[in-house]
Amino acid sequence: METLWFCLIALLWLGYLFLEGFDFGVGMLLPFLGRDNTERRVMINTIGPVWDGNEVWLLVAGGATFAAFPGWYAALFSAAYLPLTLFLLALIGRGVAFEYRGKVDSERWRRVWDAVIFVGSWVAALGVGLIIATTVLGLPIDANGDRVGSPFAAVRLETVLGALAVAGYALVHGAIFIALKTEGEIRDRARRMALTMSPVALLPLVVLLLHVAGVWALAVLPFAGLALWRLWVGREGQAFAAMGLAVAATVTVLFASLYPNVLPSTLDPAYSLTVAGAASSPYTLTVMTWVAAFGTPAVLVYQGWTYWVFRKRIGVRHIPAAH
Amino acid sequence: MDVLELARWQFGITTVYHFLMVPLTIGLSLLVAAMQTAWVRTGDERYYKMTKFWGKLLLINFAMGVVTGIVQEFQFGMAWSAYSRFVGDVFGAPLAMEGLVAFFVESTFLGLWIFGWDKLPKKVHLACAWAFSLATMASAYFILAANSWMQHPVGIEMHDGRPRLTSIWAVLTNNTTLAAFPHTIAGAFAVAATFLVGIGAWHLWKKSDDEGVWRSSLKLGTWVGVVAFGVLAVSGDVQGKLMFEQQPMKMAAAEALCHTEEPAAFSVFAIGDLTRPDCENVKSITVPALLSFLAHNDFTSEVKGIQDLVPLYQEKYGTNYPVDERLGELSGKPIDYVPALPVTYWGFRLMIGFGAISAGLGLLMLWLTRGGRVPQGRWFPITALAGIATPFLANSFGWIFTEMGRQPFVVVPNPSGVDGVWMFTAQAVSASTPGEILTSLIALTATYGLLACVEVYLIRKYVRGGVAGVIPAKTDDGALAFAY
Repeated sequence: METLWFCLIALLWLGYLFLEGFDFGVGMLLPFLGRDNTERRVMINTIGPVWDGNEVWLLVAGGATFAAFPGWYAALFSAAYLPLTLFLLALIGRGVAFEYRGKVDSERWRRVWDAVIFVGSWVAALGVGLIIATTVLGLPIDANGDRVGSPFAAVRLETVLGALAVAGYALVHGAIFIALKTEGEIRDRARRMALTMSPVALLPLVVLLLHVAGVWALAVLPFAGLALWRLWVGREGQAFAAMGLAVAATVTVLFASLYPNVLPSTLDPAYSLTVAGAASSPYTLTVMTWVAAFGTPAVLVYQGWTYWVFRKRIGVRHIPAAH
Repeated sequence: MDVLELARWQFGITTVYHFLMVPLTIGLSLLVAAMQTAWVRTGDERYYKMTKFWGKLLLINFAMGVVTGIVQEFQFGMAWSAYSRFVGDVFGAPLAMEGLVAFFVESTFLGLWIFGWDKLPKKVHLACAWAFSLATMASAYFILAANSWMQHPVGIEMHDGRPRLTSIWAVLTNNTTLAAFPHTIAGAFAVAATFLVGIGAWHLWKKSDDEGVWRSSLKLGTWVGVVAFGVLAVSGDVQGKLMFEQQPMKMAAAEALCHTEEPAAFSVFAIGDLTRPDCENVKSITVPALLSFLAHNDFTSEVKGIQDLVPLYQEKYGTNYPVDERLGELSGKPIDYVPALPVTYWGFRLMIGFGAISAGLGLLMLWLTRGGRVPQGRWFPITALAGIATPFLANSFGWIFTEMGRQPFVVVPNPSGVDGVWMFTAQAVSASTPGEILTSLIALTATYGLLACVEVYLIRKYVRGGVAGVIPAKTDDGALAFAY
């Protein structure tokens, strides 16, 4: 039962990385792909109806960790306090920015919010990467699960590599998504950008996986290669799906190498939080399993429906002046 | 300041702030869904305009509620990790359910509603508004179930020194939750109602276009406000009676009732130094026997005072904190079982007072604008707009009272529940450094303050813009044209 929940939490992170990954990417690419205000509006509208739903995957991942593994939730979040604070501020900024950007017709107003979206998306993507790398690679925690030492214990070379890995992935994933959802010049530009930057952008991810899991890391490469090949021949939908497989492989490798720990202690392996040690009681896990068994398929259905409703590509011609 | 104090200030500031957006979202979303239903059924353009206008204000407000809600979910683990470990087996479940069952629905269907105006069939689009609105209430239910469990732990057994969940049903049907839910939801409708009344009255006074929109909004707001106040009074009374039973100290503190009285009088107004729990120097205007009625439904029974409750608490829950270096200065020190009396006493009165003002204001506005009349004086719009603040204040004071009133506990012992299940707030914080919490406290407070200015600016702008400011320009094929 604990193992099932460990897998479910990995699945929630997978959903979060796959979905919010591209909306982070869109924000991160905003000034690079959007040459004028209208193009930036097009980019934002590709994620407009869905980014908020994507972000709920994070909240559910957090809430489910609290419910199923209180020890994990308490130790990780309190030990990585300052990085998480920065991450939350970034999420606050970009969330508000999407909603408020178009509410005042002023060039300056929009420029400010564009900057918030850009910075917020970068910081948030780096933050997610840092947190995931931290839980996989561990923290100096004592027997009680409390951090020993500096508030910046979660920020070190290997976790920064994790931050760059997720940010690089989000860039490629976001560019593919824009290529999939737009038309005209911006679509071509996004496609070219995804292809040219991917060798550099995906490098930290590969290095991270090699560091964590050795040769198993290479399992990700065929999927990433498939994505780029399908993008090359102009099949953006397939490229986007292949990126989904690549991120699924990544999450699988990372969490498989973590198991049976949930948060290793870098001080003493005996202090490491394990799946069994950090979990809730069997009854609570059973209740949560029923909730997840009914809730998750419903979420997938209506979120899928949202993507279906807004499946049409959008372009500059759809945007009226002054928005 | 130490970690405990900083973490409490942070929780207080972020939660009170978050709960300014939440009730407006809950109340307004249902009223907007009702307006849209009226439009779909009658085809009357006025209802369309109402839906658009109030819907826009709802969106501006909802965005802020969402982003500040994320902080809420994370800060239990960040700043209150000892609490999270202690209660995780029980407390995490309603939070996770809220995300999975309610918040997913909210955010997805709101996205569909915003962007779906020209893309979805009318009735499907309307259903999205209802799905969103009902999900906000479901959200409130799960969060209140979590909060009520802290006030009145049920459905558990003790295992290895921690409460372990034995019945999720007991947690979700906790009588504390069942009483808190209607009270909180009615409070949310009071907020939305006064919002409609204040802004509607202002537009009438301004002689803005679309007079019908403002008259209908004012009328709707007034009646919703009156009904909400009725529900608030009844559910508040039920809650109070439960509280006398479950948390006698909180209710004694609400009254600053020092000595046991039989029958007990209700204090309307007190002058003097409330900080001392011995009541010397405090003069109070009282209504005889009313407190007995509030507590036990009769005019004769005894209500225990603070000075008589303290020994009972000491006997049951100890006189001193345990010796534990994590408790810092409090380690081994005597436990102060008396909440901050000025806060609980005045919080309780301000909650009731502002709530009554907000309901009365609606009736006053409706009477002043009867039969097409509109008062000309400047006092009219000023009163109407200032009145919008009253239910927000009532909600905030209510929560401040209920959370401060349970101190020094974070999980209050249930007098008829499992032995040993309680936690002092001082034991709940993370082993963080004060610098960490201070950094986030400053960063979050500054960000929230800045965003409050932005939100108020935007709401003002769209309120002034009236109906014309929110009706979209038609485009050739309408694909996501006027999205936000």
